[in-house]
Amino acid sequence: MIAEAGLAALWLAAALAALQLVLGALGLTKQRAEMLGGVRRIALAQALLTVFAFACLILLFLRVDLSVALVAQNDHADKPWLYKFAGTWGNHEGSMLMWVTILAAAGGAVALFERRLNERTLIATLAAQAAIGLGFYAFLLFASNPFARLSPPAAEGQGLNPLLQDPGLAFHPPTLYLGYVGLSVAFSFAVGALVTRYVGPAFARAMRPWVLAAWIMLTLGITAGSYWAYYELGWGGWWFWDPVENASLMPWLAATALLHSVTVLATRDGLRAWTIMLAVVAFSMSMVGTFLVRSGILTSVHAFAVDPRRGSFILALLVLYIGGALALFGLRIGTVKEGSRFDLVSREGALVLNNLLLSAILGIVLVGTLYPLAVEATTGEKLSVGAPYFNSAAGPLALLLVAVMAAGPLMRWRRDDLKVVVQRLALPVLLAACALLALTIWAPQIGLLPRLGLILAAGVAAGSVAPLWKRNLRRTPLFTYGMVIAHLGIAVSLAGMASESAFIKETLVAARPGETHVVGPYKVRFDSVEPVAGPNWTAVEATLTATRDDRQPLTLRTQSRSYWAPPTETSEAAIKTVLDGQLYVVLGNAAEDGRWQLRLWWKPFVTLIWLGGAMVAFGGFLSLVGRVWRERRAYGRAEAYA
Amino acid sequence: MKRLILWAPLALFILFVAVFASGLISPSSHDIRSQMIGKPLPAFDLPSGAPGHPGLKQSALATGEPHLLNIFASWCIPCAAEAPQLKQLADAGVPIDAIAIRDRPEDVASFLSRWGDPYRAIGSDVDSRVQMAMGSSGVPETFVVDGKGIIRHQHIGQIMPEDVPALLAAVRAAR
Repeated sequence: MIAEAGLAALWLAAALAALQLVLGALGLTKQRAEMLGGVRRIALAQALLTVFAFACLILLFLRVDLSVALVAQNDHADKPWLYKFAGTWGNHEGSMLMWVTILAAAGGAVALFERRLNERTLIATLAAQAAIGLGFYAFLLFASNPFARLSPPAAEGQGLNPLLQDPGLAFHPPTLYLGYVGLSVAFSFAVGALVTRYVGPAFARAMRPWVLAAWIMLTLGITAGSYWAYYELGWGGWWFWDPVENASLMPWLAATALLHSVTVLATRDGLRAWTIMLAVVAFSMSMVGTFLVRSGILTSVHAFAVDPRRGSFILALLVLYIGGALALFGLRIGTVKEGSRFDLVSREGALVLNNLLLSAILGIVLVGTLYPLAVEATTGEKLSVGAPYFNSAAGPLALLLVAVMAAGPLMRWRRDDLKVVVQRLALPVLLAACALLALTIWAPQIGLLPRLGLILAAGVAAGSVAPLWKRNLRRTPLFTYGMVIAHLGIAVSLAGMASESAFIKETLVAARPGETHVVGPYKVRFDSVEPVAGPNWTAVEATLTATRDDRQPLTLRTQSRSYWAPPTETSEAAIKTVLDGQLYVVLGNAAEDGRWQLRLWWKPFVTLIWLGGAMVAFGGFLSLVGRVWRERRAYGRAEAYA
Repeated sequence: MKRLILWAPLALFILFVAVFASGLISPSSHDIRSQMIGKPLPAFDLPSGAPGHPGLKQSALATGEPHLLNIFASWCIPCAAEAPQLKQLADAGVPIDAIAIRDRPEDVASFLSRWGDPYRAIGSDVDSRVQMAMGSSGVPETFVVDGKGIIRHQHIGQIMPEDVPALLAAVRAAR
């Protein structure tokens, strides 16, 4: 019954999306702005229906209803409830339902809260959002029905991939999807603005909070995903340039560029065409990412129902939406008036440089992600470009970008004097020089990229707080604090990345219980190996004691786990965080002579990577609150005068 | 010139679509070419995986007659879904042997009584060792083995009804 109710809600929502599109188109062609009220209500109802359908699926997973095929394939009665709950989106159909739910909810939020955009453009925006929705409803209903029944019901659920049985699953995909799909709003805004030729500062101010909100979620999702992969996979790395990771990084790069160009459009009425282009590209990258992850082009053709028809379906949707938007862009943007111009040495100039660099990095990541797939699609050969390509191609550009980031906020809008800018940069440059000196004396042997990274991190940390210099801190707007904290977060994250790759210590040993091995500043004693059992797994657990100077010894427990539903083995890393880094230990296989393989890492300041990521997201949050609050006040004042 | 630049994003995108459409549409790119095709089966001697079925030895597959070797497990739902297709193949006179992966004989027995039993011999591969040696990494998978014990074809994933003619043709070709 629950499954049927969910399915019915989905069909209804799809019908409402069609209605929303038709009414929107009518409202635009017949010039009837009063239709907006109706369109708003439909968008809201559509959002509520999809949320209901998603809640139905969650309920089915919590109850382990084995008469539903999806539940039977991914759920198991022995699982702890959190993983039954999060398992809802740990599979293709469930995650696509979450995708569509967020898409409709984003449309509903726009319908409910957006008051600044002019009525015609808002109608066009909501119609565009409905058009995207329609395609993905069709995909869900015709090619990935999450509510399909299984007859006869399965005797036992097949269980969830143990790598996904982690609290990270409850947090990482929802935040990432909120960001991914939240960018659809920017896309629909851009399409709406192209339809009504309404591109200008007012449009940019209306679009900015939506972009910001999606970008915050994307930042959180990527940061969380990186930490999750770091501790759950037990490989000791925090970024693998894996195509699925790149699929989340590409929309982030585009959204970051958009966030900065939209500021130029809002403040100076510049970069009109470019901002529209970026808004289209950002969500296009989300859709391309979904296509890569969901079509089975990436995941090798294997056991759990990967169907090339689904890939063709998503590809068709991409053609329709991205192709359509780009064609509209080509047709219309020539008729949008050019925005105002500016000097090269100015805040706008720095932001343009930021945009160019971000776009170049995006291009590098895109090529590196697609090239192996394109080769495989045409010749059948499998190959990988891997980290060496990405690091050497994107690394220098990223460092340059960070340097520009330090200078940009110190420049004036429109026109600035290069000499004065250089003077303002004196302190950051001095700090960077100190870092260079310190590294040359104490760590002469580290690689070029990490060395540059550490130097830049020092300079940029100073540069990013410099905009607060000599300002009345109580009257500084909240969004300026947001920018300062976000930029500082980038510096912190960069320091973590560079320090980890410069000073990491790694040892791989075959050890007997009782032996002691040294890694970094720690002496690690291998105490014992014992079997342990969990709710749906058994494991061998190694206990180790780490000592350093005369500090309190640390106890580490690492497991090699065997799950039985489905049968899989995972390694649970033992991670101890101290002030200046992390100790990371993984238990490997047993050798025949009673030795065990142990991998030990000492990673100095590695936690800064994710701390920085969280700071970036928090800065974005402050900025969002600051902007919305200020506009509320301005809006209230205008009302009072009227 | 400026007009042309405005259409450049669309042109790039069309290129992207063309490459991937060709990859998705041409069916050949979806067969993973197994490294094991043309090679003899690895040596193995597995105990019986289900009551009433003999165990499976690699030498017993080189009988002069082509076989299907189906890799399955009772805990695998796509394996249940391909059962009717396996029955169809067995009815067409193709001998089918199987390897049960990480399984228990009583579970396999109840799986067979529920979904049908097209198999002759069933070997039990409790730690996936033989499966790995055959270049298989998931369940279900189906190999066509010729009369000399040489792997001729590998089908990855469940056998769909439309795959049956291709598999029959592969068995005939292996004769």
